[in-house]
Amino acid sequence: MAQFQLNVNGKTHELNVDPTTPILWILRDHLNLVGTKYGCGIAQCGACTVHLNGIAVRSCQLPISSVGSNKLTTIEGLSENGEHPVQKAWLEHDVPQCGYCQSGQIMSASALLEANANPTEEEIEAAMHGNICRCGTYTRIKAAIKTASNS
Amino acid sequence: MKTIKTSIGRRSFIKRSTLAGGGIMLSFNWLTSCDMSPKQVKALPKEWFKINGFLKIGENGLVTIMSPNPEIGQNVKTSMPMIVAEELDVDWNDVIVEQAPLNTSLFKRQLAGGSQSIRQGWNSLRMAGATARNMLAQAAAQTWGVEVNEIITQKGYLIHEASGNKTGFGSMASLAAEMEIPEEVPLKDLADFKIIGTSRKNVDGTKIVTGKPLYGLDYSAENMLIAMLVHPPAFGMQLKSVDASKAASMPGVKKIFPIKTHLEDYSLGALDNDAFNEVAVIVGDSTWEVMKAKEVLKTEWELAPAKKEELSFFGRTVTVETPAGLESSKDHRQVFDKMSKKKGNVVRKDGDPEKMFKKAAKIIERTYTCPFLAHNTMEPMNFFADVTSERANLVGPIQTPEIMEESISKRLGMDKEKIDIQMTRMGGGFGRRLYGHFMTEAAVISKEMGQPVKLIYSREDDMTQGTYRPAYHALYRAAFDENNKLIAFHVRAGGIPESPLVANRFPAGAVDHYLAEEWSEKSNITVGAFRAPRSNFIAGAEQAFLDEVAETMGKDPIDFRLELLRKAEKNPVGENNDYEASRYAGVLELVKEKSNWTDSDQNVHRGTAAYFCHNSYVANVLDLEVKNGNPIVKKVYCAIDCGIVVNPDAATNLAEGGVVDGIGHAMYSAMTFKDGVPEQNNFDTYRLIRHGEAPKEIEVHFLDNQIDPTGLGEPPFPPIMGAMANALYKATGVRHYNQPFITDKPLAG
Repeated sequence: MAQFQLNVNGKTHELNVDPTTPILWILRDHLNLVGTKYGCGIAQCGACTVHLNGIAVRSCQLPISSVGSNKLTTIEGLSENGEHPVQKAWLEHDVPQCGYCQSGQIMSASALLEANANPTEEEIEAAMHGNICRCGTYTRIKAAIKTASNS
Repeated sequence: MKTIKTSIGRRSFIKRSTLAGGGIMLSFNWLTSCDMSPKQVKALPKEWFKINGFLKIGENGLVTIMSPNPEIGQNVKTSMPMIVAEELDVDWNDVIVEQAPLNTSLFKRQLAGGSQSIRQGWNSLRMAGATARNMLAQAAAQTWGVEVNEIITQKGYLIHEASGNKTGFGSMASLAAEMEIPEEVPLKDLADFKIIGTSRKNVDGTKIVTGKPLYGLDYSAENMLIAMLVHPPAFGMQLKSVDASKAASMPGVKKIFPIKTHLEDYSLGALDNDAFNEVAVIVGDSTWEVMKAKEVLKTEWELAPAKKEELSFFGRTVTVETPAGLESSKDHRQVFDKMSKKKGNVVRKDGDPEKMFKKAAKIIERTYTCPFLAHNTMEPMNFFADVTSERANLVGPIQTPEIMEESISKRLGMDKEKIDIQMTRMGGGFGRRLYGHFMTEAAVISKEMGQPVKLIYSREDDMTQGTYRPAYHALYRAAFDENNKLIAFHVRAGGIPESPLVANRFPAGAVDHYLAEEWSEKSNITVGAFRAPRSNFIAGAEQAFLDEVAETMGKDPIDFRLELLRKAEKNPVGENNDYEASRYAGVLELVKEKSNWTDSDQNVHRGTAAYFCHNSYVANVLDLEVKNGNPIVKKVYCAIDCGIVVNPDAATNLAEGGVVDGIGHAMYSAMTFKDGVPEQNNFDTYRLIRHGEAPKEIEVHFLDNQIDPTGLGEPPFPPIMGAMANALYKATGVRHYNQPFITDKPLAG
């Protein structure tokens, strides 16, 4: 066990946990932020994607000991009430089916647009390659990203 | 206007539920406890009046509609309440949707499976809305002293034109709740629909995109512990012993113990399917601590003996035999070779196919195979259970709550009345969550701990547990005369451990001399329904074979199918053909038109397929390009006849998903085994379709008709596999017979 100060969505949390604990389980079990999902535990599905200083990372492979004072943003912190352009585009295109992977998809998409406001089709596919949608909403996800990039 | 006799649970019509503190009712339930959107908070009523089991109306006109069936991503939580709202005649903006818990006295068939929710719910949902509308009209008639049949409704208002009276539903809700439930009620004419047939957004959309707790894995309760299990590493093995000495001293660990999901004297229910009855359980404070303890837990396994069990399968008793041994995929291939050479059980025969094959001028024979598949719902199996000596409270993702309640009641020795089951939104189902052994396991663990527990399967536990789509094989033969006319058709299909054949489906009924045989071979690798069971293989195989038959005859593949269907329509062979040839032809004609089939770009490689299953008809045209050895699906056209379309954009979404899912599994996915051990256990080794591999564009068209709606969760999934195979052939000149196609042969072109 060790003491950590963790900056999540602009708030600092004091935690006394095993240093190897992945941020995914810190968020879900300790901070009650369950929008970040568990899908594979080995950074292959993208369901647990969060932003670390604005960069999309897989939180299942990010031990708390490695985060330090860097800033984490989760789906809950992306916007106050879902008014981020990517979230709005997701609603406009009614993207989700089961919806389980979508917070990870949104976090990957919003990080992409932050770095590249007008991605090409190929750039979208490359940036989103790590996010699996088992329901197969890929065409809508791509359409929503294009809508968000134009807004 | 047609009338319908009311039959929905009268005895359960509790008339009123006045709530302490006004509109708090919505928050008693975890499932609805998330923040309402500001618009809804402003509009929450002080009092709800329960009109019937499906809906309650607030004094301000806000309506809560219960969605009875489990939501797995098929969007019934939006589309089922839309049907109620239509007949109630309320403004959809004034509707809040709540997931109903399991309540067998109020609702029929609270089940997600077989693409049946809308089809089987259609009448009762309409009736629920129409009954409530009638009771509101009765209340208004009594208040205004006018005839009830002179009252009309419009978007949540009751109107009596002659007297000039008009009021909102809310002001009549209290009195309506006291009204007699009508013996029969009129239903709207289809032409008067204002909600059905219009696109409405997913009612959980905002919660999903803002990461609110919705899923079983998100559920938490006070004093809740986390449990994980360790199951045998191979099919054909069982638990011998657990050495907890090291793992028990790990931080956060509460208890380690073996459990038996079912006891020896338990007669298995139809959905108690479970490869590993005895597992080791670790219970602790947090997920990561339990995962760490799991890594150091020592377990010993031994070979499991063969077993013979009685299974109660919806009223029938079936004996299930499980062989002993450690199976490998190479053994399964030998089974395919051996069994496909032997005669199978004849399940359909028309004419004299043997004679026609003997006198044929030409015969083509092809074999098709597919591997086992894991469902791989993105949300792994999990369930919450809080079991005391008095009660059992279970919350989580389950497609079959009613059937599982029975199993849990028997396992706990507890009356069903003492068991509460609440369904969370599910992170995917695809048939996997029809089989709820994880619910029983959670209940047994909670009882042992005397504390609330959430059981979580790791991805590896989930993928290697079984309940797979069976491995299938199909051998097709077609006989032609000297003029290249098709004179006989033969299919011999089988699988491990069950056959994919559906005896009376097309092209049965369209060929004079027809023979269908099937076989199966036992296995200890467990299987379960996987999106469009059986059809998910046989459709693609059949449609790829028909493509070769058409090619042999020098015919256009769509026109050839239409010819067969015209024969089946006008002059059918046999009597038990379980499809409507005209509707089948209808989707082919529509896809032909929409894809501009006869006038297509010569540079695009096109494949087509059509199939009927789960009461709906689907036809595809798929346009393919091969770039650097990789298949690029440029566009898919999809034509569907599922009767009336309740929520067109959501239906389109579901069809798009079926297309992507079908291409994905046909191209990339497989579960293989070596000495009983699954060779894939996570997404690094098990390949699922990803963004860049999905079609660049999918265009979905629905037949416009007034037939009562049928389902859509499954039908768009099977045929696209055939369309993909046929397009691959056009693009590469090579036929692909064995799924996954990506490993079948390298792509050229």
